[in-house]
Amino acid sequence: MPIANASFPITRYSAIFATRSSDVPERTRAYETILFAYWKPSYKYIRLKWQASNEDAEDFTQGFFAKAFEKGYFEKYDPAAGSFHGFLRVCIDRFVANERKAQTRQKRSGDAFHLSLDFAAAEEEFRRYDQSSTLSVEEYFHQEWVRSLFTLSIEALREKCQTAGKQIHFQMFELCDLEAEGEKPSYESLAKQFEVKTTDVTNYLAFARREFRKIVLAKLREITATEDEFRQEARTLLGVGLS
Amino acid sequence: MKWISDETVAHLRGVADSADLSGTKYRLGDEIGRGGMAVVYKALDTELNRDVAIKVLHLSDVTPGMVRRMLREAQVIAQLEHPAIVPVHDVGTLSDGRVFYAMKLVRGERLDRHIEKLKSVFDRLRVFLKVCEAVAFAHANKIIHRDLKPENIMVGAFGEVLVMDWGVAKLTETFEPQLRSPVDPESGLARSHREVASETTDHGLVVGTPAYMAPEQATGAGKIDERSDIHALGAILCFLLTGRPPLEFDHSKEMYQPGYPSSPPPLAVKREVAKRLRAICLRAMSTLPANRYQTVETLAADVSNFLEDKPVSAYRENILEKAGRWAKRNRFLLLLILAYLLMRVLLIFFSWS
Repeated sequence: MPIANASFPITRYSAIFATRSSDVPERTRAYETILFAYWKPSYKYIRLKWQASNEDAEDFTQGFFAKAFEKGYFEKYDPAAGSFHGFLRVCIDRFVANERKAQTRQKRSGDAFHLSLDFAAAEEEFRRYDQSSTLSVEEYFHQEWVRSLFTLSIEALREKCQTAGKQIHFQMFELCDLEAEGEKPSYESLAKQFEVKTTDVTNYLAFARREFRKIVLAKLREITATEDEFRQEARTLLGVGLS
Repeated sequence: MKWISDETVAHLRGVADSADLSGTKYRLGDEIGRGGMAVVYKALDTELNRDVAIKVLHLSDVTPGMVRRMLREAQVIAQLEHPAIVPVHDVGTLSDGRVFYAMKLVRGERLDRHIEKLKSVFDRLRVFLKVCEAVAFAHANKIIHRDLKPENIMVGAFGEVLVMDWGVAKLTETFEPQLRSPVDPESGLARSHREVASETTDHGLVVGTPAYMAPEQATGAGKIDERSDIHALGAILCFLLTGRPPLEFDHSKEMYQPGYPSSPPPLAVKREVAKRLRAICLRAMSTLPANRYQTVETLAADVSNFLEDKPVSAYRENILEKAGRWAKRNRFLLLLILAYLLMRVLLIFFSWS
């Protein structure tokens, strides 16, 4: 077989580096990317580590991201000093500690992004946290970050399939890969359900999975600063070398 | 947005990491193994209708350097046509840029797991000699494995032995492959053999597994050559004889500097091992390459000599040991002589009385 079509990420867009851009729309977009990927894990992290009430955690999360944008927190990130995850957690810890110390909780939401974050959903997810879990707060943060990344990727895949008129592809992906409970449907039953050939099921699923993989990696690349960090995070994300 | 459960997250991890073989003639099967660089799957070659093993680079490792390394591994193995080296059938790139190569599906067990089934020292040494044959063949082709260990040796259902994982193999400076040059994944252009050889002799790059690694390899202080593999073979021999990997060298001292031990840790080879075998292990694992066996053939010859109860070059026997070994080898003759002597004694005794 000839060796062809080797695709490498020659150029990369990193939202983390884009936070340093002098172009305001680009900077805003970069902060939004980081916000979308991290606000839920951050909220849950604050709830768990700082034992904050849901209202306090909501305020802290909103306040933290607003202040991060205002003061340019993420611009100070140095990839050589460690992962962006770790840096973000340190920033959150410092922010919450200061806020608590000063007792100056203020509603800051909306100052910079005008984004409505679904804290009710985040709270509901947090309540699923198993109190007897042996995970450290850092591991919990990471686990929730992975969940957040996959959730965003699934949404992106849904949109992509919809735009391309490939709703069936997404529906099959949903049935085979997103339904946690019960037995996975067989390809034959899917073929019958969607009135297509069994080979089509294979192809549709392969397409959806391939796109999902691409989206996950693209999103990961966006929220990591360097190729090394990307590779490191991808290895943990995909469980490389863990089994 | 719908919440996804921990089980779904775990499943999606697998979905994201699994190899997409669409566009190839292979149909993906179960995962067989997973290492630091790649995952190995069972797959069906739909054209030839046979099972193969497919080694696919990790998705997170699709970098030009890692791609080159995988391609080189495939080429190194393809160069080595030997019954104890798994043949490569095919090499290619998946749509996501991951390099893969297809090879013979080995139905067997890793040596570190199979050792329990090798009950006698004789069986274990026979396996060891087969490993030596493969490594000697690679050395003859100017290739040094650099990561020999029981986990990289497979024992098949019919007792066949296969040396696997040539991912960090080093091509010696004089290596001139007879194969076509590999393709540069960035430019798509073929590269010169010299380029390939040079990138595999990176100085300061430590590759291998500590318990089996030669000191010059672990410290990066010395030249890695065939004798580094001989050290690993000594460590494998030690594992085969004791069921445990040898103790690691103390690398806290600078190699070749005063104070650096000239021999492996004294407990590296346990007491339960016969003295002559222990000597073979210790010689193969000598700190200084010059004190080791200089070729795999000489190491294998010593092990064969041990099996045949002949003297081994690594151990100087005293007169009693020599006599004991002679007696063991000539048991029948000795019994005849003893019987003859006893008969003479009895005859003399009866004639006197």
